[in-house]
Amino acid sequence: MPKPIEATAVMPKQIEATNDFVVKFANVNGSGSASANALFAKSVLRMGIPASSRNIFPSNIQGLPTWYEVRISAAGHLGRRGGVDMMVAMNPETWDEDIAEIEPGGYLLYDSTRDVPQSKFRDDINVIGAPLTEICNRTYTQMRERQLFKNVIYLGVLSALLDMDVDATATLIGEQFKGRDKLIEANLHALKLGRDWAAENLRCPLGLRLKKTDKVGDKIFVNGNDTSALGAVYGGATVCAWYPITPSSSLAEAFSAHCHRYRRDPETKQHKFAIVQAEDELASIGMVVGAGWNGARAFTATSGPGISLMQEFIGLAYFAEIPAVIFDIQRGSPSTGMPTRTQQADLLSAAYASHGDTKHVMIFPKDPHEAFTMAADALDLADRLQTPIFVMLDLDIGMNDWLIPPLEWDPNRTYDRGKVMTAEELEAGVEFGRYLDVDGDGIPYRTLPGTHPRRGAFFTRGTSKDRYARYSEEGHDYVDNMQRLLHKFDTAKRLVPQPEKRAAKKATKFGVLYFGSTTVAMEEAFEALDARDVHLDALRLRGFPFADEVADFIADHERVFVVEQNRDAQMRTLLTSELELDPAKLVPILHYDGTPITARFIVKAIADMVSVVTLAPLRKAHS
Amino acid sequence: MTYITKPRLHHPQLPTNRLGYTRRDYEGSVSTLCAGCGHDSISAAIIQACFELSLEPHRIAKLSGIGCSSKTPTYFLGKSHGFNSVHGRMPSVLTGANLANRDLVYLGVSGDGDSASIGLGQFAHCLRRGVNMVYIVENNGVYGLTKGQFSATADKGSKTRRGPVNNDSPIDMVGLALQLGASYVARSFSGDKNQLVPLIKGAIEHEGAAFIDVVSPCVAFNNNPESTKSYEYVRSHNEAVNKLDFMVGREEITADYAPGTAVNVVQHDGSVLRLHKLAEDYDPTDKVAAMDYLARHHSTGEVVTGLLYLEEDHGDLHHFLDTVAAPLNGLGEAELCPGEDILARYNAAHR
Repeated sequence: MPKPIEATAVMPKQIEATNDFVVKFANVNGSGSASANALFAKSVLRMGIPASSRNIFPSNIQGLPTWYEVRISAAGHLGRRGGVDMMVAMNPETWDEDIAEIEPGGYLLYDSTRDVPQSKFRDDINVIGAPLTEICNRTYTQMRERQLFKNVIYLGVLSALLDMDVDATATLIGEQFKGRDKLIEANLHALKLGRDWAAENLRCPLGLRLKKTDKVGDKIFVNGNDTSALGAVYGGATVCAWYPITPSSSLAEAFSAHCHRYRRDPETKQHKFAIVQAEDELASIGMVVGAGWNGARAFTATSGPGISLMQEFIGLAYFAEIPAVIFDIQRGSPSTGMPTRTQQADLLSAAYASHGDTKHVMIFPKDPHEAFTMAADALDLADRLQTPIFVMLDLDIGMNDWLIPPLEWDPNRTYDRGKVMTAEELEAGVEFGRYLDVDGDGIPYRTLPGTHPRRGAFFTRGTSKDRYARYSEEGHDYVDNMQRLLHKFDTAKRLVPQPEKRAAKKATKFGVLYFGSTTVAMEEAFEALDARDVHLDALRLRGFPFADEVADFIADHERVFVVEQNRDAQMRTLLTSELELDPAKLVPILHYDGTPITARFIVKAIADMVSVVTLAPLRKAHS
Repeated sequence: MTYITKPRLHHPQLPTNRLGYTRRDYEGSVSTLCAGCGHDSISAAIIQACFELSLEPHRIAKLSGIGCSSKTPTYFLGKSHGFNSVHGRMPSVLTGANLANRDLVYLGVSGDGDSASIGLGQFAHCLRRGVNMVYIVENNGVYGLTKGQFSATADKGSKTRRGPVNNDSPIDMVGLALQLGASYVARSFSGDKNQLVPLIKGAIEHEGAAFIDVVSPCVAFNNNPESTKSYEYVRSHNEAVNKLDFMVGREEITADYAPGTAVNVVQHDGSVLRLHKLAEDYDPTDKVAAMDYLARHHSTGEVVTGLLYLEEDHGDLHHFLDTVAAPLNGLGEAELCPGEDILARYNAAHR
């Protein structure tokens, strides 16, 4: 049996940090590690210390490498940081890359039951061996027990090493297995096994420590697919048609779970919702369009490949003006791409989806908190604008648990059903032209099937038509309609969520635009950039079409960085083409390897660019 | 232009139905299809069926895909909302519409080009799900609107006017519908209004997925005598297994048949389907036997028509989803929004 602590001639530096470090777990998927790892993250939160977690998983069910990364930050920086201070290396297959990722002076916790040759370690990290398998096999006889409790045992070891509040973890175990006392007891026992072993055999605690504080408050820990689904419930969605695709499936499944809990008739128990798992994305969007046409609030959830399949229907919904909400949980692309990695790379395929001249409304939640409200906003916008609304999430927001303020719902909020003509209005003889711009905002009135016996019926079609929905191939009818659609899109820029501005501490000629899941890393980057004396005015984009403020902001700055998570600077393309800007003014900052963008990356990229851009005029003068 | 408004003048003594509507109230615009097109006869049969059933025109939604057949909803039920969607995907649009409001009658009109190729998947899945609808395929074996290419129901070995021969096996929509779980399956012929009108009426009153394959000759591209989709062929090879009389519940059953040859089927709404047997050995409630019968007769070149299968208490998609009786599109904040307390509980559960 190897010694618990590997003695080396020269002791490496030891990172000292309290409540500010990164722990990463390297596991094999299907081994039951996910719940133990989540228990770790939640225990940190229960100690009042802000944390975020990121699940890095393969497109596979069992046997492939998976990682769980926990960023702990008393300062509340919860984007991915990059680098690892404590690696819990439980997967021999990924050993080398896991060891390589540890920061100098960082720590490695591994299962020392079997000897690992010295050459497999690094001199500049602190290696901590614990005979996890041995402890486990000594206690448990069944295979499945051995596999599952090994995870809880390493959690126990970690608990002692990091000086965690064991009561917090115990309470969480009690809550998780409420009513199943045997399971509670077994888990507590495994936790104690690991913790006791570490206390007896290891120097505890390490330089990395967790100390109780009160920085979490009433915040909640939840993923964006769950909150989006809840937002759809609160926002009055009744029809959901979907087709399974990572990373969006859990949104539709969460909608189903929430609906079964909150949307059943109290007496009959019947459902005030209809969810259909369609045969494909062509059918799921078709059902959404059919339901929207018939006055129900309907949505689908999908990812890039699904958006590709839905193109034709999206064009129909644009041209025939039918409300629809599409949650796009963006993943690594193109093609099948990286199904379990994150990107913001569907911007152009959503914005201009389908053949011909089309433009679509998009909104960009920054986290699961905003995903909740924006899901409901999207349903309002779809009815108001009678057009598809894209809620542009990504895997990082959708599938990872984030620490966010508690969700809120204004009890006085009502649904904006948009311009739907009633039977009374039709009876009173109010003029109805399905594509007639009565109010000057480009948005016509519609009627729902079955409203009035004699008035208001019309034929919905993807062919061109006149203002009264009559088929027409007359050039002037076509142009008239296309111009109105453009006018409607102009109206949309005042209705979509407006951008959020953040002024630099010092006057600056530099601006930065960012959106979605980049926000959390960006906010952290501001502090670091301030410290380097790089000052940026910032505007967070929350909707497309762009509000006038976006053009003004760009005009007010000499150079504007556009930070996004794709290769081709898609947001920058949208900005330059829609606002008719000189592309040279917009400097792309691009991160697209499939991992969430980090503050470190942003700081370095922008600081480098600032020095280049600042020096450029000098060089020009000398040439 | 495919939209020509009809003059609104009515003959003062046109017969009215129970609701006081005349047949004209169920008509649409003037058809722009070719003279003699079978589809126009089907439109007329739909008008007749809705008139006779005294349906309120505005309580019917008519949906279609793309193609000649999918253009026809313009030519009937002008007071109903219509939706001409995308190619082969009427079923999904109709499914969504039906989920939104279960109280309307849903009429899906499609063709063989629309439903048997790109639409085959959606055709299959809406029948599997039991969407409460009438699904009519106006089946002529060709793509008319693009000038005569083969469709997937075209006979093997048939020739287009330009010469190419079809080597692909034809898809039998009725056989598929039976296999996939449609609970009302019929085949008819556009030239046999007496058979078609009651079949449409029965389908409308049926709760669940009702499919009617209507052989509808294309006079422009596929009406040569050897085509199994031609007037001449169907007239000489039509083997009707039964004759359907449709009666709403309160009507006195007056039809007179020899004992043992007629059977009454009471539908969920109280309406009665009286099936008059023409083929002694045909039982429309036995799916396996029906499939066998169809296959055997198909192999001898006969076109079997009539009500081929009926499963009365099958239920529909809303039944399977256990949705509330009220249309979902009529529910408001009070019924749909869980409110602040639930949200507080949600927050508490995620700390």
